[in-house]
This record gives sequence, C-alpha cells and structure tokens, in this order.
Amino acid sequence: MKHLLTTEGIDPAQATAILDTAASLKQALEGREVRKLPTLRGRTVITMFYENSTRTRVSFEIAGKWMSADVVNVSASGSSVSKGESLRDTALTLAAAGADCVIVRHPASGAAHRLAGWLREAGTSVVNAGDGMHEHPTQALLDAATLRERLGDLRDRRIAIVGDVLHSRVARSNVHLLTALGADVTLVAPPTLLPVGVSNWPVTVSHELDAELPSLDAVMLLRVQAERMHGGFFPSAREYSIAYGLSERRLKLLPEHAVVLHPGPMLRGMEIASAVADSPRAAITDQVRNGVHVRMAVLYHLLAHEEETA
Amino acid sequence: MAPRQRGATDPARERELLSAGDVARTVARMAHQIIEKTALDAPSAPAVVLMGIPSRGAPLARRLAVRIAEFSGVEVPTGTLDVTLYRDDLRRGPTRPLEATKLPEGGIDDKLVVLVDDVLFSGRTIRAALDALRDHGRPRAVQLAVLVDRGHRELPIRADYVGKNVPTARTEEVHVLLDEFDQRDGVVLR
Repeated sequence: MKHLLTTEGIDPAQATAILDTAASLKQALEGREVRKLPTLRGRTVITMFYENSTRTRVSFEIAGKWMSADVVNVSASGSSVSKGESLRDTALTLAAAGADCVIVRHPASGAAHRLAGWLREAGTSVVNAGDGMHEHPTQALLDAATLRERLGDLRDRRIAIVGDVLHSRVARSNVHLLTALGADVTLVAPPTLLPVGVSNWPVTVSHELDAELPSLDAVMLLRVQAERMHGGFFPSAREYSIAYGLSERRLKLLPEHAVVLHPGPMLRGMEIASAVADSPRAAITDQVRNGVHVRMAVLYHLLAHEEETA
Repeated sequence: MAPRQRGATDPARERELLSAGDVARTVARMAHQIIEKTALDAPSAPAVVLMGIPSRGAPLARRLAVRIAEFSGVEVPTGTLDVTLYRDDLRRGPTRPLEATKLPEGGIDDKLVVLVDDVLFSGRTIRAALDALRDHGRPRAVQLAVLVDRGHRELPIRADYVGKNVPTARTEEVHVLLDEFDQRDGVVLR
C-alpha cells in the first residue's frame, strides 16, 4: 500500500489486514513498560492540518512517535500558508525537506488525492486525515476496529449511521468500509441532510430512528456540522434533537449488545444525550484509544516494506 | 493470519532430517537439558519462563513446558513474543503480518527467560527478540533453545540448547513441521 486516500473500493483483505495489525499492536503494547517500537526509526512523518483538530492530529502524532518515526506538525496558521503559499508548493517543500509520509487534513474535498499526484515523483506516501465533505478513512478504520472488538466479525451486522450524512466525511468513509467488510448499513437522517445520489450507495435509507433501533447491532451518531451549513437544514436544534438525537428513552429500544459510537467532537444534548454518551454501551473513549493503534497500523502498512515502484 | 502450511509441497524433493518420533525425543531431551542447566527444580531455583517466537516457536515452548512439568514437577510459565516490529529486514520485502505477543502472568522481570524458536539461521530473529524483550522488562538472564541449528550465523549469537545441528547449504531450506500448523511433526530439508 502506497497511500490511504479513501475507503471507496478498498480491498476487504487489505482492510482486514490493517485491522488485524491494529489489534496485534494494541495487544503487544498492553501493560508494557516501554510503549515504543523501533519499527519506523529514521522515517519522517509530517502532519499538515489546514483545519482545526485535536483528536486526529494528536492521534497521528502519538502513533508516529510510538513507532519511532520523527513526527513534524505543520498547521495552516503559523506556516507559509498564511503568506499565500499554495497547497502544492507547501507539499513539495515538505517532501523536499525529507518527508516519507504526509498526513493531510484540508477543507477541500479531493485535496489528499491531488496531493498524492503531486508527490508521485518524490515517492512520498499520503494519508487522508479528512478532506472537506469527502472522506476520513482512518476514522472509518478505527470505528470498524472498535466494532470488531465489541461485536466480532462485522458480516451481516446491522449498523445505522444517524444524522448529518450530507456534510459528513466520516459517514462516507464508513459506508464504503463497513459494506466492504460485509455489514448491512442504514442511513437515518432528515431528507435535507442526505447527499444527492445516496440512492446509488450500497445502503438502505430511513427517516425514522425509533423504527430502526430494535434491530441494530450498532448505532453511529454524527455531529451536526453547523460550520458547513449555510441555510436551514432543519427547523431548530430542539426539533432535530427530538427526531434524531439518541436519548435515554431511545437507548432502551436498542438490543442489549448494541454499541453506540460517535466520532467526536460530541454535542451533548444535541445528537446524543449526556447520560447515553457516558453509559457503558457507548464506546466513544474506546474509539479514541483504538485510533492510535489503527493509525500505527496504517503507518506500518505504508512505510514498513520495500519501496514500491508505482 | 494462519501460518503458511509447510506440509503440502512435493514430498519427492525433500529429505527427512527428523521423523515425528525424533521430534518428540528431541523435545524431551531439550526439556531434560533445560532442567539440568537451570536447576529449576532445586530449592533456590531461579524462576524460569519459556517465551516462544511465533509462529512455530510458540507451540514448541508449550511442548517443552509440558515435558518439563512431567520430568521435574515444576510448572514453567510460557508466553509468546512476536519480533516482527523489531526486525531489521522489514524494508526488504512486502508487509509482514504481525503475530501474537503474550507475556506470562507475572511478566519477565528478574526471570530466567528461555527464548524458544524452531530454526536458528542468521541469528537476526534472535537479535530482534532480545531488543523486544528489553522493552517488556528486565530478565535476570536470557537463554536460547532451538530445535534445529542450521549454521550460517551473521551475528555473534549461539543457542544454549540445540535439538539437532544440521550442516546446510545457504540455498537449502529447513522446515520444521508441527502438528499444530502442518498436520504432522517432522523436520525436512528442501
């Protein structure tokens, strides 16, 4: 594997290999005195974040450091980007400075894909850490890792993705990955928050959360992305919460074994009730913990093998 | 991630070095040697731990522990130690899948750790294993037990317990077959 840009069309065997590696890494690091592996010694990983982020950037940085890579963080403010340098020139500069892998988050959909094209000659690997409303593949992988831990094999498991699907790169990446792994995915959202062309996705669509809950193995809630909304997508926050928020009453409709996921940051009281977020059914802190192991696994699969001649 | 099956190739091109019976006798002899050298059944005995290196070192460590318990009455804890992330040749091949690492209860601090592997060749796996052990704790001492030593060392490493010394050409391959993976026991040269 050279880049991780999307989960669309991902080979299920490749996805499973990454998830197995993540599980092995988690097990290998558990209870250890020294939480550091020498595997990526001498390799340089640069994170390039053009959007705000806490968990994803920190998670990638820890992942790189635990594998002994040298990690350098670049953010848009405080770099030459604020002087007007283009994405392409910044990327070429970082590659020339010796980056083996560039991890990029950008508000424009497709940014990571363009970057991979520009960096072909330099041989630098690119990881998409979220591009606009398009994809966020490592989030989908850590969600799948968390679900596998709690549910085992995901084949024929029923998973609902609830809320602002339209603006969500997390939803897109999860739809592709979870269906590739054999899960049965349902999107639950108001019609205004579903993307055009959703009928071509390998999913079922519903507008009634209560009707879906009793048959689910997992429910994944999405943050309502107010920063990407210019116009009225639903009447009020209160009305959204009543129709699509996971309340304590709704938690009781889920089967005993069902898992609650949220990619964070959470808006407590909006898409998820505070008591639900803190219940043992919620795997939200597990998701963050698994995020580090999944990103270590991704770096391992990208950087710890012989040079590919692409 | 099941280990590659080794028993399935053309049997005409292989030479048997150890039969199933030989493997059982060799493991028994190595168990006796470990008991003798570590004096693990003495009153002031050091705490001995067997760490198998996956894939085939892991079942070998468990078999040795069974024999040691049989001959000495001492239950020796076993674990597995995957060394993939410590290898120096990761960039010389495709991505290697990881295998399980499981420390025995009580860890390895101040224990006499016996590393167990199937074949000792260049010594690079054992070099990686020593590095991996260091990250898990500080053993009192480390020893090495291998079923087959085939020579061609590239590092100053030697085994404390050797089941069988086999002179080989560099191009030859020594395969240890174990029932757990290959549906039969034996050692063959291909």
